[in-house]
Amino acid sequence: MRVSVITFPGSNCDRDAQHVFSSRGHSARLVWHKDRDLENPDLVILPGGFSYGDYLRCGALARYSPIVKEVVSFAEKGGMVLGICNGFQILTETGLLPGALMMNKHLQFICRHQYVRVENSDSPFTNGLETGTILDIPIAHKEGNYFIDSEGLKRLKDKGQILFRYCDHTGALADNPNGAIDDIAGIVNEKRNVLGMMPHPERAATDSVISQDGKEIISAIERFFAANA
Amino acid sequence: MLKAKIFVELKPSVLDPQGKAVTNTLQGMGFSKVTDTRISKYIEIRFDSDDAELCALETENICKSLLANPNTETYHYELEEL
Repeated sequence: MRVSVITFPGSNCDRDAQHVFSSRGHSARLVWHKDRDLENPDLVILPGGFSYGDYLRCGALARYSPIVKEVVSFAEKGGMVLGICNGFQILTETGLLPGALMMNKHLQFICRHQYVRVENSDSPFTNGLETGTILDIPIAHKEGNYFIDSEGLKRLKDKGQILFRYCDHTGALADNPNGAIDDIAGIVNEKRNVLGMMPHPERAATDSVISQDGKEIISAIERFFAANA
Repeated sequence: MLKAKIFVELKPSVLDPQGKAVTNTLQGMGFSKVTDTRISKYIEIRFDSDDAELCALETENICKSLLANPNTETYHYELEEL
């Protein structure tokens, strides 16, 4: 699999994402945000961090970086895009994903392990995972409070676009860390090729860290490409 | 030269946790009549032009494309001569 990870000024999870994919035998490269060539990837990752220092609104300035135009056209042609944390914020700013990420309800930056529940296995990012699977995946953000109007929320539910919800260790929807509407931790677009999620699977995918549950999501992506190769 | 004075505000339907925290503090300070606080952004942009119509159009485009997020925010502005 060829993976292009975009580095914006202020990205800080780009190398983690690159490392996780390269250590699994994939060709993972970093692409600078001012470049205009995605280098023919199978998967584009918009990594976590604080692009442009989160000035104005998280992701608002990154959305106008030259490479983002290429990411949008790649996604519109069906290319797979994964936005993690700040990457999710950038995806909502581009309009590839609906809604917005607002400041956490309690105003605090949170950095901790978080359980999320797989809500839908009908996507390249969750295929093979049973609905209801509980994953321990770290979160680290101050603006992760997903918001969408009631009409938009209904559409997300009707089309099965909510892939992950925050939950407690039993899978109950009783541990929402940031006030996100309907406990939403991650959504896909209607075509199901663009995923935005606040939790960091790349921080839970190496043997040296406490949770390896992020590997479940990465394995699902690998399964998707293996089946569609 | 013209200056655009732009206000970007959260939609009334969107919770403003910062505003809530400020309300709580104000009430704690003894400002007992305070019931609500909303925190907005104020942005000034200067144009090298005296054409009010053109600057209004530019300001409108700037607000729509970058300064305000239509999902959560509204904007309004006024132009001022410098």
